[in-house]
Amino acid sequence: MRPRRGWRRTQRLTAVVVLLACVGIGTAFVLVALRENVVFFLVPSDVVERLAEGRVGDGRIRLGGLVVEGSVARDSDSGEVRFVVTDGAARVAVRYRGIVPDLFREGQGVVATGTLQAARVEGTSSEPLPLLEAEQILAKHDEYYMPRGVEKALKKNNLWREQP
Amino acid sequence: MKQLLRWANPSVAGKVAARLRGVCLLGAILFGATGLVWGFFFAPADYLQGESVRIIYLHVPAATLSTLLYGTMAVASLGFLVLRLPSFALVCRAVAPTGLLMTALCLVTGSLWGKLSWGAWWVWDARLTSLLVLFFIYIGYFALHSLFVDGARARLATSVFVLVGAVDLPIVKFSVEWWYSLHQPASLLRKGGSSVHPDLLQPLLLCLAGATFFAAWASFTAFDNISMRTRLQRLLHPLS
Repeated sequence: MRPRRGWRRTQRLTAVVVLLACVGIGTAFVLVALRENVVFFLVPSDVVERLAEGRVGDGRIRLGGLVVEGSVARDSDSGEVRFVVTDGAARVAVRYRGIVPDLFREGQGVVATGTLQAARVEGTSSEPLPLLEAEQILAKHDEYYMPRGVEKALKKNNLWREQP
Repeated sequence: MKQLLRWANPSVAGKVAARLRGVCLLGAILFGATGLVWGFFFAPADYLQGESVRIIYLHVPAATLSTLLYGTMAVASLGFLVLRLPSFALVCRAVAPTGLLMTALCLVTGSLWGKLSWGAWWVWDARLTSLLVLFFIYIGYFALHSLFVDGARARLATSVFVLVGAVDLPIVKFSVEWWYSLHQPASLLRKGGSSVHPDLLQPLLLCLAGATFFAAWASFTAFDNISMRTRLQRLLHPLS
């Protein structure tokens, strides 16, 4: 009686493991295949690559990266904000009319949704940058939390981490 | 193994659960109250987010428990499917309501925090979407359970369902690493240790402990109720 019961348990365990493996592998395949749809945004390098290959479709994209220090220019008359987004390798200029979130800052993460303009505009530097006409600006923050004084001390002593 | 399985008897386990309940309730009140008061009134504000960072003291414990409790349900379901002891399925049933509550709390607090920091109540980001899927898996579990009149069939079907649904757990955890997402990467369980400053981390850990004790208390209470109901049914309908 005992060995038979043990055998049944082993059988059931095998069946469950096989079931889980199948579901897991299936899900993994779907997620890998849909990778381009699962990512929430493209980084500037992706955008430049797509532009070079001519696969931008109707130009609707969501762009994510860091706001380049010193690139934010506000036009108080039209309420327009211009800035440059970078991932360290490539840069894309963004134009937006409206109110940006409180956490929108130079050097911070940002996600801009809008339409990529075929025409290229001048960036802050001399090189021409692709331009994104944004309809929505979201601020992105990282996983570090600390009191204000600590941040100031870190920056003063040059221990502030490098942005990714 | 035999010693271990003695605990699987619903009436034995029910008695143990009833005894542990008091300790858990005490822990929940003690740790939870201290952590929340500390976090909301005494912990420093964040350098970037200011006062809105305090939502972390609700959001992170809720998020952690929503996945931890589902993990418990998955392990219990695995136990049930292999050993076929009803108690395992009862554990699953006892944990589920708290898991659903924590998942809902995670979504609500996350939405509020998202509006304050990102500028949007909701986005279809991989982390948010996979957690919403977890919410619907919890709902699906209850729906599936209610379809069956026969307890044995309900236990079998829901156990398979819960186990298959567990595929969502690694997706929730690693979504922020596998794909670009608006949600920031993990702050606590990450390479190189926590990225939360001790002044904010200490109350957060207390809140986590409090929420865990609360979940344990709620689950033990539910387990006690369910095992009592099961025994009562057996007395009333000995042949079914």
